[in-house]
Amino acid sequence: MAASETAKDSALRHAFGNVLSFFILVLIGVLAFSIRLFSVIKYESVIHEFDPYFNYRVTQFLTKNGIYDFWNWFDDRTWYPLGRVIGGTVYPGLTLTAGTLWWILNSLNIPLSVETVCVFTAPIFSSIAAWATYLLTKEVKGTGAGLTAAALLAMVPSYISRSVAGSYDNEAVAIFALIFTFYLYIKTLNTGSLFYATLNSIAYFYMVCSWGGYTFIINLIPMHVLLCIVTGRYSSRLYIAYAPLVVLGTLLASLVPVVGFNAVLTSEHFASFLVFIIIHVVALAYHIKGMLSPSMFKVAVTLVVSVGLVICCAVVAVLVALVASSPTKGWSGRSLSLLDPTYASKYIPIIASVSEHQPPTWPSYFMDINVLAFLVPAGIIACFLPLSDASSFVVLYIVTSVYFSGVMVRLMLVLAPAACIMSGIALSEAFAVFTRSIKFQLPSLSGDSQVDAGNSDSGSAATTQTEAVKADKIEESAKERPSRKNKKKEKETVEKPSVKSRIEKRLLVLPLESSVIALLLLVLLGAFYVVHCVWAAAEAYSAPSIVLTSHSHDGLHVFDDFREAYAWLSHNTEVDDKVASWWDYGYQTTAMANRTVIVDNNTWNNTHIATVGTAMSSPEKAAWEIFDSLDVKYVLVVFGGLVGYPSDDINKFLWMVRIGGGVFPHIKEPDYLRDGQYRIDSQATPTMLNCLMYKLSYYRFVETDGKAFDRVRQTEIGKKHFKLTHFEEVFTTHHWMVRIYKLKPPKNRIRGKTKKSKS
Amino acid sequence: MGKSSTAKDAQALFHSLRSAYAATPTTLKIIDLYVLFAVSTALIQVGYMAIVGSFPFNSFLSGVLSCVGTAVLAVCLRIQVNKENKEFKDLPPERAFADFVLCNLVLHLVIMNFLG
Repeated sequence: MAASETAKDSALRHAFGNVLSFFILVLIGVLAFSIRLFSVIKYESVIHEFDPYFNYRVTQFLTKNGIYDFWNWFDDRTWYPLGRVIGGTVYPGLTLTAGTLWWILNSLNIPLSVETVCVFTAPIFSSIAAWATYLLTKEVKGTGAGLTAAALLAMVPSYISRSVAGSYDNEAVAIFALIFTFYLYIKTLNTGSLFYATLNSIAYFYMVCSWGGYTFIINLIPMHVLLCIVTGRYSSRLYIAYAPLVVLGTLLASLVPVVGFNAVLTSEHFASFLVFIIIHVVALAYHIKGMLSPSMFKVAVTLVVSVGLVICCAVVAVLVALVASSPTKGWSGRSLSLLDPTYASKYIPIIASVSEHQPPTWPSYFMDINVLAFLVPAGIIACFLPLSDASSFVVLYIVTSVYFSGVMVRLMLVLAPAACIMSGIALSEAFAVFTRSIKFQLPSLSGDSQVDAGNSDSGSAATTQTEAVKADKIEESAKERPSRKNKKKEKETVEKPSVKSRIEKRLLVLPLESSVIALLLLVLLGAFYVVHCVWAAAEAYSAPSIVLTSHSHDGLHVFDDFREAYAWLSHNTEVDDKVASWWDYGYQTTAMANRTVIVDNNTWNNTHIATVGTAMSSPEKAAWEIFDSLDVKYVLVVFGGLVGYPSDDINKFLWMVRIGGGVFPHIKEPDYLRDGQYRIDSQATPTMLNCLMYKLSYYRFVETDGKAFDRVRQTEIGKKHFKLTHFEEVFTTHHWMVRIYKLKPPKNRIRGKTKKSKS
Repeated sequence: MGKSSTAKDAQALFHSLRSAYAATPTTLKIIDLYVLFAVSTALIQVGYMAIVGSFPFNSFLSGVLSCVGTAVLAVCLRIQVNKENKEFKDLPPERAFADFVLCNLVLHLVIMNFLG
């Protein structure tokens, strides 16, 4: 009778726990969605930054023309006169996802525009990513850790920064794909089911479609497999988890046009093949070991080793020769710059010049993952108690992502889910210990005072560490405790993995008062985290960068100059006119102004960018000739000197010089610097004062305040009164932030002596 | 002297391997034969590519990877169906076979798309 009652009670508690988890997950989803809406509330529902405009334009094309035209699209509106093969150079995951969402909504007669769907794709997928984190952490440690990790991920500022409403970029769906792929891998590892292995490959395919960061997955999983083999944790579930993924994953990756044959030819994937071979060797070795007697096995080993070593050396020699023959050893420039952080600044200035590719500063860790930064080590320790395949995987994940986030600020995004998982595990373990201490010491709740006495005696010596769980020797009386502990755990909806309940242990229990205080402090910690995250989302990461605001004494001032300039271009120029600007503004110009540009943010052709950079650094006549050879009609520069906007072209000018000088040696950086310092005032070098960028930025600037004081550089400019001979100004926006010039047509008659015609 | 002892050891090893393998059930031997067939087909394809060149590369890749893929999946099936495997004693062999078929379906769908 008592047994069936307890069984019914535990079933009821199970059901209650499940329903509670479900509601918590729904709330976490709503939280993740709403915290990203600050940008829509404070500004408007607009696409942010630069890259999302390209994705938006591609999605527009997809929704208008259908999938076949999208797949075969050759875009002639960018990189004039080269054009760009969109179908083969874009990661299609994001656009296909948003396009499918739009199509489903429209077929259900919900007429949302493509822009709305694009703006809100990121928040939707953040909620789903939070649920995926719950699933992943549940596989590693249990439901309580899963819920905590999901709640942390919903709010972590690093993820918010790349997935606010309006940030329509690859990471919006890629982070979800990353977490989901890892979840399916761990699930396959834990269950050994081929069904989950298939799902894992399909999820990996979705990740390859979405983001270039998929190489992280295809290198982390082999690393983990190798770790398991080396630490003696090889099992047949490991084989089932890994081998089908490699074969199916490589095939699926080659299906994506952007990756194509790189899936088998580049060094980024070699690790997976190497470990594929290694796991087969290990599997065979274990199989033979199971079949033979130990002495025979020794004989087999010596035989194989002596023969196999010779073959191995030959194969390795061939491989090394192949790899060494390519100058970058088969790695792409971007991957190499991750492994060797100094590589980009030495050889590829374009990669080095992107601000997202700089190493992060220490404060940015606290800004981006806040409280999690010091919960992560606690989580790592908790993963070792006990160490399972899944927990060794998350430890490897956090270690590698910490390294890569230290190389590039943009990769803090990959660190965020790992940090949330670790912190979720740490917090959940801490909560478990404290609540258990309280439960055992409240006599009204527990049914057996004898058990309590036994526990509280052992509890007096405990410290206030979060990991106060020790495995002890089996005791006879301890058999009653697991069942009682299980009941209490279900009430708390904190489940320990079944491994622990099998190891019967006597747990240390902390004093009641310190447990209560510690619990309150943990809740306070969480409160600080929430406050910081909401502040970061509202103030730091919601700016759309295409609309700027500033608070002055007479209220909020809005700078909408960019859209003003693009609208002017689209209304006052011919459809086929070419616009030249620095590559930052290429995507926005094609998407909003709908004009052909010379270079854009894809930066795939360094020489073309160097041509534009050289033109900006040359004197007027030489620049006119370069632009005329490219059929350019209009030149666009961004100038922040009147309002104090610091990311303008004059501040970026040195990069133009460096990139241009990298290809055209007559542009030398020291020519533009006075004593190694970059100046635009009266002490600037004549080359600087005569170059096109200076002239186009500061033309007629003296008319604004009479003294031509540049607010960004905090100085008066050098050359104040000058005329343009080869360009004419056609438009300057309200705050002088964007200035558009037209190339003057060449003169019909050349005055003076008739020149000999040049061939 | 050393050589003959290693030769004798090799022979003894070979015999014990043979006898141990003869004890495996027939179903597993059928799966092993299938794996052998797939791997040999892959090797034949690689040899053919070495003779006639690797254009079109996607056809070669899909051919080789389909052989390797079915071999790997068959090995997974063998692991799951093998009665000596303690980890999978709760898994009914029908379920293992259904998973095998599903995974093969996905693999061959991708292959046919990639074959070109």
